[in-house]
Amino acid sequence: MFLILSKEILSPTITKYVIKAPYIAKKRKAGNFVMLRIIENGERIPITIVDSDLSAGTITLIVQAIGKTTKLLATKKVGEAILDVVGPLGVPTPIEFHGDVVCIGGGVGTAEVYPIARALKDAGNTIYSIVGARSKDLIILENEMSKLSKQSYVTTDDGSYGRKGIVTDQLKDILDSNKNIKAVYAIGPLPMMKAVSNLTKTYGVKTLVSLNAIMVDGTGMCGGCRVSIGGQMKFACVDGPEFDAHLVDFDELIMRNRTYIDLEKISDERCKRIEMADAVGGGR
Amino acid sequence: MNTVNPMKPSERMKLPRQASIEQIPEERNKNFLEVSSGLDEERALIEAKRCLECKNPVCIEGCPVTIDIRTFIQLIYQKDYIGAVNKIREANYLPAICGRVCPQETQCEIVCTLGKKHEPVAIGKLERFVADYEMARNLFVAPVITEHRDQKVAIVGSGPAGLTCAAELAKLGYKVTVFEALHAVGGVLRYGIPEFRLPRTILDLETDRIKSLGVEIYTNFVIGRTATIDELFNEWGFGAIFLGTGAGTPTFMGIPGESLSGVYSANEYLTRINLMKAYQFPEYDTPIKVGKEIAVIGGGNTAMDAVRTSLRLGARKAYLIYRRSRKEMPAREEEVHHAEEEGVEFVMLTNPVRIIGDANGWVTGIECQKMELGEPDESGRRKPIPIKGSEYVIPVQTVIEAVGQKPNPIIQSTTSGLDVSKRGTVVVNDAQMTSREGIFAGGDLARGGATVILAMRDGKIAAGNIHKYLLSKLDGKGNSKLNVDVKQEIKSI
Ligand SMILES: Cc1cc2nc3c(=O)[nH]c(=O)nc-3n(C[C@H](O)[C@H](O)[C@H](O)COP(=O)(O)OP(=O)(O)OC[C@H]3O[C@@H](n4cnc5c(N)ncnc54)[C@H](O)[C@@H]3O)c2cc1C
Ligand SMILES: Cc1cc2nc3c(=O)[nH]c(=O)nc-3n(C[C@H](O)[C@H](O)[C@H](O)COP(=O)(O)OP(=O)(O)OC[C@H]3O[C@@H](n4cnc5c(N)ncnc54)[C@H](O)[C@@H]3O)c2cc1C
Ligand code: SF4
Ligand code: SF4
Ligand code: FES
Repeated sequence: MFLILSKEILSPTITKYVIKAPYIAKKRKAGNFVMLRIIENGERIPITIVDSDLSAGTITLIVQAIGKTTKLLATKKVGEAILDVVGPLGVPTPIEFHGDVVCIGGGVGTAEVYPIARALKDAGNTIYSIVGARSKDLIILENEMSKLSKQSYVTTDDGSYGRKGIVTDQLKDILDSNKNIKAVYAIGPLPMMKAVSNLTKTYGVKTLVSLNAIMVDGTGMCGGCRVSIGGQMKFACVDGPEFDAHLVDFDELIMRNRTYIDLEKISDERCKRIEMADAVGGGR
Repeated sequence: MNTVNPMKPSERMKLPRQASIEQIPEERNKNFLEVSSGLDEERALIEAKRCLECKNPVCIEGCPVTIDIRTFIQLIYQKDYIGAVNKIREANYLPAICGRVCPQETQCEIVCTLGKKHEPVAIGKLERFVADYEMARNLFVAPVITEHRDQKVAIVGSGPAGLTCAAELAKLGYKVTVFEALHAVGGVLRYGIPEFRLPRTILDLETDRIKSLGVEIYTNFVIGRTATIDELFNEWGFGAIFLGTGAGTPTFMGIPGESLSGVYSANEYLTRINLMKAYQFPEYDTPIKVGKEIAVIGGGNTAMDAVRTSLRLGARKAYLIYRRSRKEMPAREEEVHHAEEEGVEFVMLTNPVRIIGDANGWVTGIECQKMELGEPDESGRRKPIPIKGSEYVIPVQTVIEAVGQKPNPIIQSTTSGLDVSKRGTVVVNDAQMTSREGIFAGGDLARGGATVILAMRDGKIAAGNIHKYLLSKLDGKGNSKLNVDVKQEIKSI
């Protein structure tokens, strides 16, 4: 059992959790993730490790409640436990010195790009950051990102905060004005990563993205997370989750990720019903 | 050698081989209850009478863990069922599992003397009978461990190889810790072999019996990730390590269309269903999609399990596509027979060339090519050769590939000094010893895909050799003083 030591609401749907997991804390590197299962009949889902504290033996996760499992997690209180947490999984991000680097986070993807930006900064890179979201209340880690960046930008689709528009608008300006950008790291929804990739391809700038394929075990044993990279089949959980964006077949992955959409809705509805019943009955 | 049965051999030979009691195919293909309930006492006694009590019991040589088959059958004849199960347990700590899934027909039963002219003794079914008898009456008594030793052994992977090695070492008095990557114990027995062949209650019970020997099991612990082999030696103070991580990484055929929705590896498909209980969706959260028409590709046990499971999940047509002929199929005979009875359609001498999808990326069919058998290849099997122009499409909405697995490379790639073959298997010698001191390995990790009983055999041989190795280290530096306490934060089950 993995104890939740603290919990902080970052936005209406995004929550930060600090969880006791000393072994994972000890081993974890930027880019790693864990698989969680919250209850006995729950699903296993992958979540990036945002941070860790070796002396406290804790890891930090930032999770957006979008479906059954993530919403259930949001109902867990400090002092309660998560049934299974396993990791650290995935290939850590190769942290190299590039020079000037742009780090882009879209929505909850900012939580995933933040540890990478920090490691890149520690490796001597100069960071330019873009944090994007649909609207103001979905912007997270703005301060943290801006602290480690030479310049940081915020974009919202609806213009409720920062620049109105999408992250690629801002990225294009940066690439046009700074010819020294050597690499781009982008994590967010697949359409965003695809758009970033298409843009940087025209500039010839190396780009890395983290692919959120649907996973079951997270250790290379099912092949459910397979993605096409330069025409070759790779397993996102063990060969990735980060890949060279210019080689990724985004359309294929977008399609694959829709596989369970109808069933996910059923789960989500059930979750709501259980929550309602709980609210009425005062909890289980 | 003593005989206990006064009947003349000719009389024994007249008795017919006893059949298991089974659910009827039309019903069982709709439920996940166990297909076979084995022999009842009456049938078991008749079956025991059939054994010739050979002077030279060749059956024993046919058993990879050399169970004293002759003696345990005699004990059944004498109605000492508990004596019989304990006799088996001397050689194999997991009798209820072997009796169910061991490919007896190619092991002990194929060499049985009675089988020369008649049908062989149903050794596997007798094994299961006594194990079930003991279980139903709750008569299990854990063996007494007479000597306790300070040295600690780590077992990586809780499949049949790891569990057997753990049990044998615990009986020898070692402190044994099993590390398992998944959240549940059993390896393929848990995530691969379906409930209708091996009920989970049995697996849980056998696991409990291993724990009752003092074995500690940590789930959610991936060696190579959560801790490395070097840390197990240097920080945790283990004196020896057994690797039983299996061959769980699926391979795909590499044909067009494999990334369509509705295409699964058998491992993913069976893991969703067996480990995550997707067949109980939405009670359980993990989803699965099974079309009205499905195709499973392959001819092994994995393929049989996938195709039979599909029927139980409501598929109206379930095809099993295999590129050779039925007699070359590597699956257990009983499973092939059961699949046929349950209504699986066998499409033999056929090779898929392409999976076809619709505009939304969903499978709609599989294009196949007919094959004919040519000359035997190196393996002695006749090589299938495609027939030109024979392509045709079978309409299906789900495709499951059961075309082979290889070892998961996580440990091999994070551990120095471990020799790995081209096929990705860890190289071992006769003593199950790897190229690195103190590390032993066995089961599918060393063999590629094999069987439960061979995995158990390897675990058992390894345990004996780990014992020898640790004895040789006792006065040397091998007995580390480092000690790590029970890790509360890791879920120890
Ligand atoms: C390597 C990796 C790291 C991730 N890191 C984070 C993170 O730090 N914070 C965060 O909020 N989210 C992260 N995600 C996404 C997160 O895993 C999904 O949001 C979560 O699985 C949704 O589950 P659900 O039951 O709540 O929603 P569902 O209703 O089941 O699904 C909602 C969406 O999540 C996707 N999804 C569903 N099940 C899985 C699964 N088993 N694996 C992957 N995706 C799935 C579906 O495609 C769907 O679009 C990460 C994903 C990956 C692959
Ligand atoms: C669907 C299916 C049906 C089968 N049916 C039969 C049958 O009827 N009869 C028969 O004899 N054989 C059958 N087999 C084959 C048989 O199951 C295997 O040969 C046997 O299970 C191998 O045992 P093992 O202990 O070597 O490995 P496994 O059973 O594969 O167990 C390995 C375990 O190690 C764990 N692991 C892997 N990596 C790590 C790591 N880094 N750290 C910690 N843990 C790790 C895995 O999660 C797994 O639990 C079948 C196989 C399949 C897939
Ligand atoms: S374990 Fe398998 S080979 Fe050995 S006696 Fe039992 S059924 Fe036969
Ligand atoms: S070979 Fe067959 S008949 Fe002979 S002892 Fe063994 S089981 Fe009995
Ligand atoms: S999640 Fe199973 S192989 Fe990647």
